[in-house]
Amino acid sequence: MWGILGRRAVVNGGISASSLRSRVRSSSVSARSYAAAGSKEMTVRDALNSAIDEEMSADPKVFVMGEEVGQYQGAYKITKGLLEKYGPERVYDTPITEAGFTGIGVGAAYAGLKPVVEFMTFNFSMQAIDHIINSAAKSNYMSAGQINVPIVFRGPNGAAAGVGAQHSQCYAAWYASVPGLKVLAPYSAEDARGLLKAAIRDPDPVVFLENELLYGESFPISEEALDSSFCLPIGKAKIEREGKDVTITTFSKMVGFALKAAEKLAEEGISAEVINLRSIRPLDRATINASVRKTSRLVTVEEGFPQHGVCAEICASVVEESFSYLDAPVERIAGADVPMPYAANLERLALPQVEDIVRAAKRACFRSK
Amino acid sequence: MATAFSATLPLHGSSSQENRLLLPSTRLPPPPPPSSFLGSTRSLPIRRLNHAHASRRSPVVAVQEIVKAKKPTNSLLITKEEGLVLYEDMILGRSFEDMCAQMYYRGKMFGFVHLYNGQEAVSTGFIKLLTQSDSVVSTYRDHVHALSKGVSARAVMSELFGKVTGCCRGQGGSMHMFSKEHNMLGGFAFIGEGIPVATGAAFTSKYKREVLKQDCDDVTVAFFGDGTCNNGQFYECLNMAALYKLPIIFVVENNLWAIGMSHLRSTSDPEIWKKGPAFGMPGVHVDGMDVLKVREVAKEAVARARRGEGPTLVECETYRFRGHSLADPDELRDAAEKAKYAARDPITALKKYLIENKLANEAELKSIEKKIDELVEEAVEFAEASPQPGRSQLLENVFADPKGFGIGPDGRYRCEDPKFTEGTAQV
Repeated sequence: MWGILGRRAVVNGGISASSLRSRVRSSSVSARSYAAAGSKEMTVRDALNSAIDEEMSADPKVFVMGEEVGQYQGAYKITKGLLEKYGPERVYDTPITEAGFTGIGVGAAYAGLKPVVEFMTFNFSMQAIDHIINSAAKSNYMSAGQINVPIVFRGPNGAAAGVGAQHSQCYAAWYASVPGLKVLAPYSAEDARGLLKAAIRDPDPVVFLENELLYGESFPISEEALDSSFCLPIGKAKIEREGKDVTITTFSKMVGFALKAAEKLAEEGISAEVINLRSIRPLDRATINASVRKTSRLVTVEEGFPQHGVCAEICASVVEESFSYLDAPVERIAGADVPMPYAANLERLALPQVEDIVRAAKRACFRSK
Repeated sequence: MATAFSATLPLHGSSSQENRLLLPSTRLPPPPPPSSFLGSTRSLPIRRLNHAHASRRSPVVAVQEIVKAKKPTNSLLITKEEGLVLYEDMILGRSFEDMCAQMYYRGKMFGFVHLYNGQEAVSTGFIKLLTQSDSVVSTYRDHVHALSKGVSARAVMSELFGKVTGCCRGQGGSMHMFSKEHNMLGGFAFIGEGIPVATGAAFTSKYKREVLKQDCDDVTVAFFGDGTCNNGQFYECLNMAALYKLPIIFVVENNLWAIGMSHLRSTSDPEIWKKGPAFGMPGVHVDGMDVLKVREVAKEAVARARRGEGPTLVECETYRFRGHSLADPDELRDAAEKAKYAARDPITALKKYLIENKLANEAELKSIEKKIDELVEEAVEFAEASPQPGRSQLLENVFADPKGFGIGPDGRYRCEDPKFTEGTAQV
């Protein structure tokens, strides 16, 4: 599956970066992401669009609701073409009433439909957070299993480019702390397709955190992922790159940064294992811990605020379960502990960059102060 | 402040003012031009029908007119059977809540318990007109709504005691009464939270009819209080319910007090029924201490919703005889006000009506009361005798699908399927 392979990539200082790359490519199941030349490429935007499209055509109970999802073709064009294809009875342009339409989505899910509620950004979900948590997440428990809520809340999360403090917060930690919610964060097009399809089919409330800057990025995609019944399991992380010296765990846009950091580290002889969490709740502690037991060092990366973040949870989990395997203190790279500034250079300073990840990994390997 | 209400509020007093109606006749939007977008209503033939008929047809008729119209032929609003059903339901509500108070002070019930004494006419008046597949969404004052909807007294009492035989296996409690079988969709602690959920249930009913092409005319009734009417979600839902013409009835149980906050102190315009027409739906004010009047208005509102004509806002003027909750010392309300409403007790009023109109005699009503007393006593015994939830129940029901791989076509968890392989495309 997308778990850890039995085979370890053998690396020593003599192997060059390029041959290492090709060895990794051929040896791991995650080779799917680095597919051979000639395979299709797909943007994350198209991947999400195709996932929603296929799920809507497969199940008439699925409908889309949100601001600008219909006539405007989606604020970020994720729902492009859906209004024309399915009509206004299944693609609802709502008024600007997050609390109201989120609650309506939850009520519709109580009664048996499968809404896909779009937030223009997850910052706006704060106006509806009462419904996400109190009437969606907690209902299955409060009703002792009588009422489940098969709803998906999706939208861009985290920082974009220069959008300021009120449009840049990452909500992964907030939502992932609530029992009763499933929280997913895709990175590549394959992740986006597979996880969104799984989320729509899932009988529980799912918070699906996308990233605006990833929407336009293209990723290779396999034939299997293009199949209309393709689903990725919820609760399993993916090892994007095998390594043996340090484990780097991250999600969403930071996966791309971590992979670049891993390339840079490989040039210096440090083989980094990059884990794409994919699922923040349930967190795949098994994969993370197994990887740390292999490498003995941990660097966790996220974009959100540092206090009580996803990284904090991962560090706690690793310290609790794999303490005796650790050779170095756990490293945590998160966004700066400030509301997001507007100025471009300050914004760059407020978010983790590839250099930060490289530096942290080297610190974990005792290669620098 | 408390004594001022009877002088300033124009709604009380003369009966001619009591059942007022406001039609949105001046507020109907023009027919949509072909290129403009009006949400989902554009494709609804019903909307055009409404528009054509609206000018010559009142969707909701004031109660007094119905009563006047009926007087020549038959002066009674209910038959004997209906009367006894209403009486029994109200007596059940009252006895149950009184028993809850007793049990709370004996320590069998705990936490927040909000009792419904005095407001029974609203619950009975509306819910007894609904079918099993219609939905009811309520607030934390939901015991009697659950009972009226058909959840057994045993199940509700056990839930309050926190026992495993409760309607939510003890996991919900007083404020979270859910029953899928009876379509009681909760039970919400945050005021205003139930309104969008109810709107969503009504949305589903319309979706089933129009998109899934099922034969569905289920309506949803949302109950909430006067305090909620200052909350943003209420207005958001009035807007969307009218916009999408959803089959929902918004029932305001205006008991004039939100814990200790008087409605008049907190609301710029205390006449809540007026807020309906502002959004394009009828707003009706009715005497919530009179179950027959409530029932007449409810009949019309429910029929309207079932016909696909959209939502109605019904403001029921009612009163809670006890405090906000069992922990509320209820010091701010004036004794004179309480006495005035106690004299309008809905159960006494219905009893008087039944006896005066020879629909039932004392003995029959007494036997109903006795039956209900026994039922409630039995519910308490049942709840007492039931076991508490087992330890393993703590972690159950967080998710419908805990493993996250989904439920396969055979209805079982995919991950338990022995053929479950690593490639999900095949599974």
